[in-house]
Amino acid sequence: MVRFLIRRTLLLVVTLLITSVIIFGLTQLVPGDVARLILGRDASAESLQALREEFGLNDPAPQQYVRWLGGFVVGDWGRSITGAKQAVRPLVTERLGNSMRLALMTMLISVPLSIFLGVIAALNENTWIDSAVSLLTLSVVGLPEFVTGLVLINGLALGVKALNLPATSAVPDNTIADWIHQLILPSITATFVLLGYVARLTRAGVIDELKKPYVRTATLKGLPQRTVIFKHVLRNALLPTITVIAISFGWLIGGLVVIENVYNYPGLGALLVDAVKQKNLFLLQAIIMVTIFFFAVANLAADVIYAILNPRIRLE
Amino acid sequence: MADSKVIEAQHLCIDYRLGNQWINVIRDVSLQIDAFEIHGLVGESGSGKSTLALALMRYMAKNARVTSGDILLDGKSLLTKSDSDMRKVWGRDISLVPQDPLAALNPSYTVGNQIAEIGMLHDKLTNRQAWSKAVEMLEKVRIADAEQVAKKYPHQLSGGMQQRVTIAMALSTRPRLLVLDEPTTALDVTTEATILDLFRDLIRDNQAAALYVSHNLGVIAQMCDRVTVLYGGEVMASAAVVDLFNKPIHPYTIGLLASIPRATEGVETRLPTMDGIAPTLSERPHGCVFAPRCPLAVDKCRAEKPATEVIIEGRTVKCHRWREIVSGEITINTLPEEILVEGLPPVENEYVLKTNDLLKQYGAQSLFDRITRRTSRIVHAVDDVSITVRARATLGLVGESGSGKTTLARCIVGLETADNGKMTLLDVPLSRHLTERPETIKRDLQMVFQNPNDTLNPYQTVGRALERTIRLLNTDKLSQEQVQNRISELLGAVRLPSDYANRYPAELSGGEKQRVAIARAFAANPALVVADEPTSALDVSVQAVILNLLKDLRATEGASYLFISHDLRAVTYLADWLIVMYLGQIVEEGTTTHVYNVPSHPYTEALVSSIPVPDPNIKQGRIRLDGDIPSAANLPTGCRFHTRCPRKIGAICEQQEPPWRDAGDGHHIRCHIPIDELTELQTAALKPTESSV
Repeated sequence: MVRFLIRRTLLLVVTLLITSVIIFGLTQLVPGDVARLILGRDASAESLQALREEFGLNDPAPQQYVRWLGGFVVGDWGRSITGAKQAVRPLVTERLGNSMRLALMTMLISVPLSIFLGVIAALNENTWIDSAVSLLTLSVVGLPEFVTGLVLINGLALGVKALNLPATSAVPDNTIADWIHQLILPSITATFVLLGYVARLTRAGVIDELKKPYVRTATLKGLPQRTVIFKHVLRNALLPTITVIAISFGWLIGGLVVIENVYNYPGLGALLVDAVKQKNLFLLQAIIMVTIFFFAVANLAADVIYAILNPRIRLE
Repeated sequence: MADSKVIEAQHLCIDYRLGNQWINVIRDVSLQIDAFEIHGLVGESGSGKSTLALALMRYMAKNARVTSGDILLDGKSLLTKSDSDMRKVWGRDISLVPQDPLAALNPSYTVGNQIAEIGMLHDKLTNRQAWSKAVEMLEKVRIADAEQVAKKYPHQLSGGMQQRVTIAMALSTRPRLLVLDEPTTALDVTTEATILDLFRDLIRDNQAAALYVSHNLGVIAQMCDRVTVLYGGEVMASAAVVDLFNKPIHPYTIGLLASIPRATEGVETRLPTMDGIAPTLSERPHGCVFAPRCPLAVDKCRAEKPATEVIIEGRTVKCHRWREIVSGEITINTLPEEILVEGLPPVENEYVLKTNDLLKQYGAQSLFDRITRRTSRIVHAVDDVSITVRARATLGLVGESGSGKTTLARCIVGLETADNGKMTLLDVPLSRHLTERPETIKRDLQMVFQNPNDTLNPYQTVGRALERTIRLLNTDKLSQEQVQNRISELLGAVRLPSDYANRYPAELSGGEKQRVAIARAFAANPALVVADEPTSALDVSVQAVILNLLKDLRATEGASYLFISHDLRAVTYLADWLIVMYLGQIVEEGTTTHVYNVPSHPYTEALVSSIPVPDPNIKQGRIRLDGDIPSAANLPTGCRFHTRCPRKIGAICEQQEPPWRDAGDGHHIRCHIPIDELTELQTAALKPTESSV
């Protein structure tokens, strides 16, 4: 197990190194001169030169890369190129915190719900219940987030005044009530996206496991149906689901661009859009790097949880 | 008498729903099992034996229903019980020992946990009590170090150990009825023998009634008191084991017993076989279900279903002509017949294949191992093996799983690349690497695999599959007509009608698929066919047909075989020479007669002794091997067999590699015990120890 952990962590570091090269390379490939991009077409040659000096844009690319990466590791993520030229790091970490709140809330709703629906569908395979679950989960997956988001805002926030839900979500304070109040609508919107995948995967996993002889063994021990399902079947059936859930967590951190915009929520996704609009190069690099870091860590976490739950891997 | 019966099926009929129609699977089956009785249930695949066995536990598929009849446990009907009532019976009064123990155990829990679960459920034990009960049960099934084994997960245990765990599970509540569904089919013959001993003792200790389902007549003969023969969902015959084996009455039973392969000691004979195949569920004949394959069938048999008749107390038969069979007016030939085909005799001193010190190891160091300086575990799969296959002869290769026999075969055909050693095919050096072998070699060297279901492309007709092989292996351009002719010829050679060329594999039975696989191997007149367990996935009656076919083809096509099997009986029927492998090494080599008889290597002796003899009058041999085959990654020092050898003589076995002793006529044994002594020891062991009356 220790060997497994070391191996996976090393792999994580390698993955991050490779992606950092790609991210840096892509920004280098942006057409046109970075300095002109920032200062605009009318900038004088002197001011362009000054900016290049300031951000070290005249150095050879490998040197720039090493400086950027080294800075990143020690916490100097560069400065924003707009206006006040503020440091990128506090900007990104603040938004990251907001995104994590929303991601956590979404997980709390979507994981139990989709597993529940998947199990219900599997236990009633090929009946109307199964069809109903399929229809529900697949139809909400098919709808784009801005549609479900707007429907929820119009229907629940604006439509049902009694619920007193806000149409735009602010960062909640640390009370459960405020979390629910602020985040319930964007979380449900994100849940709709995940529901289909996780529920279908759970359904397939449970159906597969139910066919295995060990389920018959458990039943013929005389165990009640719920013990057979919850102790024996789910333990094995959910293994593939865990990976998908972990990857979705990565998506929730950096990928909720549309939802954050619809609800005007200050998350990382919204910041990403701003950075692109402003051609804010260093901010952009930092956001992408952080997002990828979370994707990679979520994947590692998935592998570790998978191994802990699966003795066939743990005891290799 | 009436009080002693534990379970009883009365005129049971079970239907399955397939699509929109209900199909009768079990038809009017009556069966009863008394306490202390082990009742055998024999049948080929599709006979409904597993359905019936599980139905006796009232465990049925969702699409199954009982249409008439009843199942009584201790006189009380199980059919009237609700599902939740059944859960109080399952695991407490009725237990199952399943077929494939690894699949039947939950991979995510320790075996101790899975046994303890039953104690907590039925006996209301606490966690701790249930755990010690589980350990106690593991000791009862003769697991040494039960405390440690209880903490292990199923995949960490060997097949034999896993099966012991399921037995411990089944017996932990002292059930009234024990259903054993092919419990040793997935095990090696040596492990099977020890598990059978265990069953014999434990079932009787528990005063339980046991239903023992098996297709292996040897196991039935050795294990059971009574036996029921199932065919096409109906009971053909039911009798005490001794009566059924000594004097079978039903034509199906007679045919089944005759088709068991036996050592023929060099005589060119064929096994008596039953024509045709078992009926599918939806195509059962109106008359007697066996009539289409019965050599004695008359018009009445095809028109009218025979009744179940009681011949004497406890013996029933379902046949119109049983009286004529008993009186001897009509008979079925059960003796092996001489091969009628004009054959080419084996040629002395001519060789097809020779291997010299062939070596194959697995588990070289990975990059990560090298970085972390981990010592790797090298698996010695095939360790300096030299074999010779004689022209137009069959070399049999036997050994337990893990002995390296399949790896050896794969190295020879090139599916694996041997690490070292030399091979020659027809006196031409044979490269170890498949890519370096000329195309013509593929023609001369063909393989037949174990499971025919996996070796045929399901989306290709039989004709297409054969055509592809014929075109690939023939260097000269063939016209479409020539190819079609060759396909018909090949199908004819494996006794299939030529219109089978248009069929898809799903439309063939297991035996027919294997015949197609054999036809494919013979597509270009091979010099050597490597057959890896070609009959072990097949039913007994089908196995006989395939063995006959291989024997015929050897004579007509002039091919040689390397025949690999764990089934010593199938091997001896076909092989002229035998090689016994243990942990990657040959421990004995010689003609079949030599190897099968005294003197032989102690390992061979144990293998032979472990075979369940399909004759209740002959007791199974007494030599048992303790423990499991050691890991090939961690070979024992000295003689590799010393850890399990019943004839170990002392420290020399642990310290020194045994010599390759010559017992004359090409018979060699790798053992520290001199040949003369071995002969003496083994001859003495064969004599009965107690004077029998």
